[in-house]
Formats: sequence, structure tokens, C-alpha cells
Amino acid sequence: MSSASERIQSTINSNKIVLFMKGNRNFPMCGFSAATVQVFEELGAPYETVDVLADQEIREGVKVYSNWPTIPQVYIDGKFVGGCDIIRELYESGELQTIVKTAMSAPASH
Amino acid sequence: MDPMELQQMIERALPGAHVEVRDTTGGGDHFEALVVSENFEGKGLVERHQAVYGALGDAMRARVHALTLKTLTPSQYQNRR
Repeated sequence: MSSASERIQSTINSNKIVLFMKGNRNFPMCGFSAATVQVFEELGAPYETVDVLADQEIREGVKVYSNWPTIPQVYIDGKFVGGCDIIRELYESGELQTIVKTAMSAPASH
Repeated sequence: MDPMELQQMIERALPGAHVEVRDTTGGGDHFEALVVSENFEGKGLVERHQAVYGALGDAMRARVHALTLKTLTPSQYQNRR
């Protein structure tokens, strides 16, 4: 079995937008995860979710990967963009829309 | 934990910062913080939040369940008022 960081890398490289969260988009298990899902639902761009509650290795591994102590975490185009507060702030300022649009129009990373 | 304790930890790591911490539930583990610091100048949001998380160290993992953060430079703070 590959290491947590290899699995994280592979997930964020094969999906333009990845949300590491508690629960899933239909049943978020935490208010901050729910708020982040809400933003991406409003954006309407396709996104992948990973339920960290179902995988302890990923839950801890993703915190190390991004040097970020909390869940949710959002990756766009393979890059860590932020947690719930940052995503909401970027959405309100319109920057998130630009980041997503750029990511969607760029060719797949591999 | 006490919001004042969190505030002091952030102030120690970011000297000169203006820090406001509020316990959002009264339970001592959900907090909201506003941090205004010159150190944030020229830095992205991820780096700013990482600086605050870094200040809290192990407390962030062990004693703080949730921390809603707002990080501003002094000029951004002025513009908001």
C-alpha cells in the first residue's frame, strides 16, 4: 500500500478540485465542511470529495501534507488553497471564481 | 481553554499584532479570532493562517476544536472600519 502522501498526491493530481472533508457532500459531518461544500455547490464546478473520517491515515496525512492543522482542506489544480475561512473569503471577494475558472480551462495536470 | 490564553500565544508569536479572540460557544474549544499584523503584508491567506496556527502549536491540535480566523494587514483593517 502506498503512503498517505502518495495517495493524497494522486487524488489531487487526478481531480481539478478536491475537498478533504468530514462526511460527504450530501451528509457533511461538520459545519465547516458543510459550509465549504455549499460554496462549491454554488460555484457549480465539478469537485471531488474525500471523507477523512473514513480513513484515519488520510485524516492525519493531509494535515502534514499541507502543514495545515484542520479539516476541511481544498486543493485546486494540485495546490492547497485553504480551509473553510479562506474559501469563504476568496468566494466573497470573487477570487475563488477566477481560480476555479482558470483551473477548469487549463489542460489536465496529467 | 481561555480565549485570553490564545490571544497571548498569538501576540507572543506576532509582536505588535492586534488580536481579538472570542469563545463562540462558551465551551472553551470553539473560537473566533481577528489578527491584524504588519507581518501579513505581502503574504497570502494560507501563509497568514499558518503563522497563527504555528503560534498555537500543540494547543491547536489538542485543545482547540475549531478556530475561525480573519487575518488582516493594518491597512486592510483601517479600510474595514
